[in-house]
Amino acid sequence: MSGAGSIRSPGGRAGRVSARARRAEGTVASPAKENAVNIILMLAVAVVGVPLLLVGYIRLSEPLAGRKPRRAALMRPWLWLAPTLVLLAVFLVYPVVATMVESLENADSTAWVGLSNYAAVFTSPDNLSALGNNVLWLVFFTLGTLLFGLLVAVLSDRVRYESAVKALVFIPMAISFVAAGIIWKFMFEFQPAGEIQVGTVNAALTAAVPGFKPIAWLVNTTTNNAALIAVGVWMWTGFAMVILSAAIKAIPPDVVEAAKIDGASELQIFRLVTLPLVAPTLGFVATTLMINVLKVFDIVYVMTNGNLGTDVIANRMYKEMFNYHNTGLASAIATFLLICIVPVMIVNIRRYRRGVA
Amino acid sequence: MMRTGKFGPGRLFVHLALVVACLVFLLPTLGLLVSSFRPRNLISLSGWWTAFQTPFTFTLKNYQNVLTRANMGRSFLNSLIISIPATVLPVSIAAFAAYAFAWMKFRGKEILFVVVIGLLVVPIQMTVIPVLRLFNIVHLTGTFAGIWLAHTAYGLPFSIYLLRNFIQDLPPSMLESAFIDGASHPKVFLDLVLPTSLPAIASLAIYQFMWVWNDLFVALIYLGGTEDVAPMTLTMANMVNSYGGGWEYLTAAAFISMAFPLLVFFTMQKYYVTGILAGSVKE
Repeated sequence: MSGAGSIRSPGGRAGRVSARARRAEGTVASPAKENAVNIILMLAVAVVGVPLLLVGYIRLSEPLAGRKPRRAALMRPWLWLAPTLVLLAVFLVYPVVATMVESLENADSTAWVGLSNYAAVFTSPDNLSALGNNVLWLVFFTLGTLLFGLLVAVLSDRVRYESAVKALVFIPMAISFVAAGIIWKFMFEFQPAGEIQVGTVNAALTAAVPGFKPIAWLVNTTTNNAALIAVGVWMWTGFAMVILSAAIKAIPPDVVEAAKIDGASELQIFRLVTLPLVAPTLGFVATTLMINVLKVFDIVYVMTNGNLGTDVIANRMYKEMFNYHNTGLASAIATFLLICIVPVMIVNIRRYRRGVA
Repeated sequence: MMRTGKFGPGRLFVHLALVVACLVFLLPTLGLLVSSFRPRNLISLSGWWTAFQTPFTFTLKNYQNVLTRANMGRSFLNSLIISIPATVLPVSIAAFAAYAFAWMKFRGKEILFVVVIGLLVVPIQMTVIPVLRLFNIVHLTGTFAGIWLAHTAYGLPFSIYLLRNFIQDLPPSMLESAFIDGASHPKVFLDLVLPTSLPAIASLAIYQFMWVWNDLFVALIYLGGTEDVAPMTLTMANMVNSYGGGWEYLTAAAFISMAFPLLVFFTMQKYYVTGILAGSVKE
């Protein structure tokens, strides 16, 4: 394994400088040399050439697999899978194992340090604060997204403009976290009390609530995490809504009719019929949301970069790796993320096995 | 019998709640869009909602500036250059693998597919340090080829999973009769399976394209230091850091980056939602 200095920061302001330095040293291929002609050529190769190459490879591999049908049947699957297996091995399987190994090594991967990186994950103040914030995200993001998703799904089911409402609520799913971060930074803009509020949130509250003092949502340490989580909920509500709405529509209409004939109120129908019937879907959506929120990165990176007590573990990993060049600790944080996700992995595999059997 | 009638208080609540929901989901994006057409000094002096009062002062200058000066024009191209191959490559490689998993018999197939399902949820964070080391050795850091390869590999498990489920469900009689007629595997795959799978391939391609287009993390890791290859997400993230409150740039930049996904969303909503629903097993 190459030692210190082989991994240098890409992102951030400091990162850009060091990449320029790397290029000056000649250790990194200069992308400036990728002129227009080269790029078009490469694009053509990737978009047209590779698929054609694959087709040619599969056609040619038929005689290669052998003339005897039994030998061919033995060889053929592996020839078809070869490109996939190579890519998965290089970019996923090997790196996962290597990261686990490095999580037991020191900052520049030159000596074994046992489990001390893991100890740092659970003891250093920065990491503890990030872990605490991840728990906040896990609870409030998941609950908020489920609640709003369910609310929109249930209510829009009763009106004629349902598809319009759903399209609007779903739009944030189509844009990047970065764009959403910018949108909401603008929403949370803050000016001291008495000045004109340009941010929608402060302006609306100033107008609606008498004596309201504008809040610096992203700076104030009691509100900043809530503000970031709200952005996450805003982005993902559409996802929960689409899946829950499909589940609600799958409820047989005669069940609801029967309850109505028995004199159940709308609220009772929701509590006693709808909710139990969509409970498995709720569980499924909650799991998906939780896996995603464990890795939350973009929103925090763009809106606060984890400052003022808003850091999360994925961002901590990034900082350890690129700002402090502590490969060992960064690997331990990544491995911790993986360990949190392993139960979901097992559930997925079980579900697949059951489907096969 | 108590029923919530068409105009009862319950009904009113439903409409009211939905209107509020629509506003909450529309206003933030609308505010950004309106602001991106307002002159710089007005953005910081008055709320975007005042733009609809006379005098109407709108301008295209923000877009002009951001495209020419802030590297967004280049970044828009880069986003395209990154996203198109990073969609075509995983989808085409996965199609062959999915066919093999669905219609060929071989030892270790089950275990291999379980591995693919396991890889579906592996956090990308878990892979970046060793992959970056490799990239530095073979000089792929900061290049389009490098990020194409990375996105291709990261997209493979889900692509294989989705396509294999679809191809598996094709009627066996259809394939068997082709085999009886003496067709080879490549022929059955290219002439029969591929054309029938186009709806699934479309959903997958749109899903993967949006994922890559909106990605920040992978670009930050493998292209982070190099402006000339940075996609829009990366350029915008850098702009937030360096401009701070330069809203005339940020609003226009954000809207340029959103325009393409929104277009895809509105024209191909059906396929995209199918992809999202199927994709909910991922991550």
